[in-house]
Parts: sequence; C-alpha cells; structure tokens
Amino acid sequence: MRDEDDVRRAQPRLSAAQITLEAVRLGTVSAEDLTIRRETLLNQAERAIAEGYPQLARNFRRAAELTQVPAEVLLETYDRLRPYRASYYELLAMAQELAARYDAPETGAYIREAAEAYRAKGLLARRDGEED
Amino acid sequence: MTDRERSKRFVRRGERAVNKDTYVEEAADLGLVVMDSPHDPRPGIRIEAGRITAIDGRDEADFDTIDRYIARYALDPAMAETAMAIPSLALARMLVDITTPRAELMALMQGCTPAKLCEIVSHLNVVEMMMALQKMRARRTPGNQAHVTNWRENPVLMAADAAEAALRGFDELETTCRIARMAPINALALLVGSQTPHGGVLTQCAVEEALNLRLGLKGLTSYAETLSIYGTDEAMRDGDDTPWSKGLLASAYASRGIKIRFTSGTGSETLMGYESGQSMLYLEARCLVMVKGSGAQGVQNGSISCIALPGALPGGVRAVMAENLIAAALGLEVASGNDAMSSHSDMRKAAKLMLQFLPGTDFITSGYSSMPRRDNMFGGGNFDAYDMDDWLVIQRDMKVDAGMEPVTEAAAIAIRRKAGQALKAVFAGLGLPPIHDGEIEAAALADDSDDMPERDLVADIAAANALLEGPQTALDVVKALDAGGFADIAANVLAMQRVRLAGDYLQPAAVLTRDFEARSAFTDRNDYLGPGTGYRLEGDAWTTIAGIPQARSAAEMVPLTSGEAGVTLVPRPPAPPSPREVVIAVGPAFATLLDRTLCGLSHGETLRALIAGIESEGLAARILKMAATADCGMIGYEGAKLSGSGIAIGLQSKGTAVITRKGLAPLNNLELFGQAPLLSEAAYRQIGRNAACHALRTPPAPVPVKVDNMARLRLIVHATLMHKREIAAIEAGRGPQEMEARFDA
Repeated sequence: MRDEDDVRRAQPRLSAAQITLEAVRLGTVSAEDLTIRRETLLNQAERAIAEGYPQLARNFRRAAELTQVPAEVLLETYDRLRPYRASYYELLAMAQELAARYDAPETGAYIREAAEAYRAKGLLARRDGEED
Repeated sequence: MTDRERSKRFVRRGERAVNKDTYVEEAADLGLVVMDSPHDPRPGIRIEAGRITAIDGRDEADFDTIDRYIARYALDPAMAETAMAIPSLALARMLVDITTPRAELMALMQGCTPAKLCEIVSHLNVVEMMMALQKMRARRTPGNQAHVTNWRENPVLMAADAAEAALRGFDELETTCRIARMAPINALALLVGSQTPHGGVLTQCAVEEALNLRLGLKGLTSYAETLSIYGTDEAMRDGDDTPWSKGLLASAYASRGIKIRFTSGTGSETLMGYESGQSMLYLEARCLVMVKGSGAQGVQNGSISCIALPGALPGGVRAVMAENLIAAALGLEVASGNDAMSSHSDMRKAAKLMLQFLPGTDFITSGYSSMPRRDNMFGGGNFDAYDMDDWLVIQRDMKVDAGMEPVTEAAAIAIRRKAGQALKAVFAGLGLPPIHDGEIEAAALADDSDDMPERDLVADIAAANALLEGPQTALDVVKALDAGGFADIAANVLAMQRVRLAGDYLQPAAVLTRDFEARSAFTDRNDYLGPGTGYRLEGDAWTTIAGIPQARSAAEMVPLTSGEAGVTLVPRPPAPPSPREVVIAVGPAFATLLDRTLCGLSHGETLRALIAGIESEGLAARILKMAATADCGMIGYEGAKLSGSGIAIGLQSKGTAVITRKGLAPLNNLELFGQAPLLSEAAYRQIGRNAACHALRTPPAPVPVKVDNMARLRLIVHATLMHKREIAAIEAGRGPQEMEARFDA
C-alpha cells in the first residue's frame, strides 16, 4: 500500500497485455494504468545509449524521474524555469525538492545548472529587496 | 519607362505568379543573409582538461545561455577533439560518400560546433545535400504529417477530415484551434477520426504548452511539436523560454509517454529582430545543437512559418535544405517544413519541395494541409487538399514514396461518414452537445467548412471546457465508442494509450505502423549506403502508389470498338484505273478492329468527308484497304501506285492522313496531317478536296487544323494503343483490297 503521505504520483499497475477492450468493459483499467513507468524509460535510456544517443538517454533518465512527479508540480516547475520567474534560491529549493521528495536527482541537478546559468545571464526574477 | 515603351512580353511575364513573390538583396547587417555572414564566427573549440572552454571563438566567460547549454549538454568533448580536427571539406565529402555509414557521421557531427556544421554544409550543392539527406535521415521509411483544422471549429468535419487524412497514409495529424478554448474538442475529434480507418496515426493539438500537456495527459493527443526555440538569447527570451525550460518540458512530456519534437527554423531570429547580423543558418545550427543537447528526439525545421524570408534571399532555398540536413546529420528526426506558404508560383513551390520529397525525410512536410487552404488555421497550407493529386502523380512519376497514398472517392466518403458516426457516439457517451445525422452527411461530402450546417459554438466551447476540467480521459472515449457499436475504433484508441507503456514511440523518428509497432531510428534504421540499400519503393507500397484511381487499363481506354463505325467496307472486284479518281487507302484495322479516329469521328464520318471533298472537285473516290502495313506513309505510297490519277490519300484508322503521288518515296508526300486529334470533319473534307486538286494540278487550299498544344499529351496513350491494334490487324504478304463503302443510314 502507498503511504498516505507519499506525494509521488502513483505508477501504473497493469502490464500492456492486460490493457484490453475486455478489461475496459469490466472497468479494471484506470487512466493511471495508461502511462509509462519509470523503469520503462530507464530501459529506453539504455537503448538510446547503445544506439549512440547519449543526450536522448539523459532526457529519458530525467523523464523516468518525472514519472513520479504529479502533473501540477511538473507544470509549476516548467513555469518557474521560464525567464525571470524565480530567484536563484527558489530554483535551488525547487531542485532540492525534486531530488529529495520525488527521487529525481538528475532533474534536480539540471535545475541547479539552470540556476547558475540564470544567475550568470540575468534570467532570474527581479524582485525588490531580494538578492539573486 | 512609359507603358508605350514597354515590351509587351516583359509586361506579361511580370504578371506571372513568381513575380508576385518578394526578392531582396543580401544585407548582412540587417540579418538578411542565409549563409556565410561576415558576422558569423569561424569554427573552433578549446578543450581544457576535458572541459569545453571556448566555442566558435567565444571564451567560456563570454558564453551566452545557448553556448553554455550546448557546451554542457550537447557537445561531447572527446568527440569534439576528433571532429573539429577534421577539415570541413573532408566531412562534407563523408556526408555525400555512400561508403560512410550514417552512424559514423552522426557521432562525428555531435562533436561539431554550430559554425563547424555550417562550414561543412556550405561545401555542398543542393544535389549533394539531397544525397546526404537520403543517407542521414533517421528513419528508413519516409513519412508525412498532415494539418487538419477548420475555420468553423466544426468537430464533425474535423473527424471526417482526420479520417480521410489517415486513410491517405499520413503518419501524424496536427490540429490547432481558432478559438483556444476549443482545444479539447478539437483534439478529441482529431483522435477519433484519426483512428477510424486504421490504428496507429499519431495526433497533436498545437496550443499553449500547459494546455498542450494537459491534453496529452488525458490521452487525447500522442505527440507535441510546439516546443519552439531560437538561436539567440534575446529571441529565446522573447519566446518566454530558456534552453533549460524547454529541455525540462521535453522530459515532462516523455515522463507521460508523449512524443515531442522541437520547432526551429531559419529566419525566425531575424524576423524577431535579434540576429546580430549573423546568418540565418548559423543561428539555426545553434538551435539544432541545443535541441540535441536537450535530448529531444527531433525537430521540425526548414524555416517553417518564416520560409518566405530566406526565400526572398539568394540561396535561400538551399540554406533551408542545409538546415534540414544539419538536423538529420545530428541524428534528429526531421519534419522538414514545406508547410507554410513559400511562393505564389506552383513551379517554384514544387522545385523547392523536391529537395525533401526526392531524398525523403522523416516527415516530408511538417503539415500538409489535408483540407482546402481557407480552412487551414495554421495560416499556411503551402500544399493543400487540391494539390493532392499532383503530389500522388509526382510520387508515381518518380517512383518515390513521399508519404501519401491514393484513395478513391467512394472510400474517402465512406470513411468520413464512419468517423462522423463514431464521433456522434463519443459525444453522446461523454455528454457533449449532440451531433445530428445531417452534420455527418454534410461532413462526409464536404469540401470545406462552408459546407457544414451551423453548430452552436458557444455550447461546444462550454463542453470543451467541461471536458478539460472534468475527470474524463481517453478511456471514456474508448468506452463511448465501444458502447456506440464502434469496437474497432475503440480498440484503436485504446491501443494508442497502450503504446505509451512501452515508450517505443519516444525513440527517434518514431511513428506507429497500423499494428501499433514503433517504426523508429532504432527499429527501422536508415541503412542507406548507395544503390541497392536503404528504403526502396517496391512491392505492395509501390503497387499502392502506382495505382492512382485516374489510371485506367488499356482495354478500358480504347475499347475494342465503339460498335458504331458508321460504315461497312465490303470487298468488290477491282475497277479499271481512271485518271479522274483519287484513291483513299485505309489502314488494316479500318472500320473493323477500330472504328473511330483520335478526334472521335466515326470511320463513316471520316470517309464520307474525304469522299465529299474529292467529289466537290468532280473526281471520284476509290477505296482500297491495305492489309500489309499500318504505316501512314506506306499506306499512301501503296495506294498511289494503284491510283489512276497517281494521287492517293493514306488514312490510318486513328485518323492520321497523308496526300501523296505515285513516284514519291514512301516517306515523302504532298501534304501530311500527322496530328490526328486536330482533324475535324471539315479538315477531312478539305483533305479530300486538296487530293483532287493535286490530281487536277490546280492549287490546293490550306486545311483547317486546330492549334492545340495539349492534344498530343492528352491522347498519346490512346494513339499508341490504337496504333498497336492497327499493327495487330496486319496480314503480311496480302495485297490491297478494293472496297465498296456502305454507309449507315
């Protein structure tokens, strides 16, 4: 059973073979069952490495982490990464939260690198009385 | 120059479509330069202790956001050492060389800086670029994407158009909205239509990112290509994004099993005013290296909506081809533009298209307007519903698969109707505003949205909003289709959800087959290494493309006979030759195996006209049927030998005629009428009269011949088939037969 306090998004319960029209008629398939799993994306990442696509593999690994992040958090994270939306420390906090709460260390590192770049290139939020 | 002083020919030429396009001279300081701007940096890289510390002449301390991103995520320092040391000309030659495999080049290209990539392609002419693109394309099997939109936002028409586009073989369908709030219903109608003829077609609804992702999460769409990027920091900021934000979005989509590609293209930075005098291709190369770094599987480029801007400049179309090639060389899926209006001139548009059409790309267009242009809500429609037959015929001409299949009118109507009925069931099941049978019928037969009855748009928008905010997902669509008696479409829509579990269609250049198998750069690897390798259009695929509905069988084209020759030739004993006669020598199939000329005159009408012409000069006609030759000159030659006046008219069954005189060589003659399709009854009458004039040694008059430059082109197949039949009627060694003409009443 999932911990009540677990903020991570539920993972699908069914395998692809179990997702049939018959199962839909019986009501045993939920929308959650129709999403990709973390381990599937990690396997796709390995495949990408083998095929000579290391950057694609890194994207798949970040995606694997994000399978556990709820949609609202995903959208919020994207929005905060847009120019002038967040301060340096807000970005760092976001990176930390993703890494710790959602078990998303690579995504966390990616956002930390964004924070550094945004600080260097003036892309952070400009708020009165706040140091970047 | 005043109008009176102008050349009439220049005036007429000035009115041609190509002269409605705009052309501008290069001006690098204004960013009006497609390649090799004096402000472009020289290629270069510095690597210190495995770390990139300079790119294209810029030190790390001065890196802009994009430099920083590509140094960190795109360029592999070890490969960069190798690749940057190879002269660009050598790399250019490797791109074209059929013995250097794609994988080897792809690895090298990932070590190249943007300026290096530009320098490499600048060594190639467009034919070499086509060679290179054929090899570097990610997926072995070329594909295509269609736009499906309509101005009225009518969901029934949307579903019908989607179904027909899927039937026509498009791998991906893209819609958008005129009214943003309609997005959920447009996405739904597109999904249902797309899965109606068969499964596996990917769909997207191009709207703002957050909404886009929500539609994907509901399972209403399966891919997105709205992730626009630009080649300068300023333009990126104008687009309200950074390389990091777009990169995160790419991962976010992948985390839900949704395919994405980025969008970029030459000219966008210049148009936004942020190009710093650098060439359009250099800035695009920066975009493409950035896309690579983000880990996105692909890109739509080829200038896209800016196409007319590079198109206005010298070498612009070549530069656009070069950007497609750079993307492919980096291992990215390429949806290669050809979507936005690129010219007023059909010739110019087609010539540009061939650069992608012939070598093949992952998607030849980033959106073929599958409906008439006026319903295209992308503001584009470079090629639209009316151009489809041209596209199909060019595929058949060139034996090239450019991602479209011919369909019959009956099949199109049937599938459009079925899509409308299926959508009606879905709307009923989801509690959306009802669809009436009249709408389904209208959509089945519609040309564009003006053919659709009015719908309550306000109610549809409210329903779209409820659909977005409510709990319903694609699973409810599956249930509604199943309950409505569309188990086949329900199974296809469900399978489109199921494929997300495997994630195979996140692989580079992935599309789905009709059996929902991913066809990608991993599973359908482009293995082109020269003749005999790579994708070859053959077997069933070629049969399909060759089989355009307009093509008819030879038998259908020239029926054995119309059964109405209008005359019967009856053998009779030879009469003694008379100096006051003209021989009409007819071909061996005359009024038997054939009975009409190419012009459509019956043989009776033709013969009657010739005789009337001869008799109008007081001479008599004598009819001989030739058995041993089908050649017009020989028919006349043999006839003249037997003519009392020495004059004969040779007449092939297809209507070609000659007037000749005894003693002239077979290929010589007095008058030749080689263009049978142009010969009317009046012409044959004059031919008869002229033959008589030649016999009487009086001057002949000109034969009235229509000028129709298209006749030969229109009727050449008929002429060939008719001539074949005339030849089939030959009886070698048999002499001419004297005939009596018995005309039908």
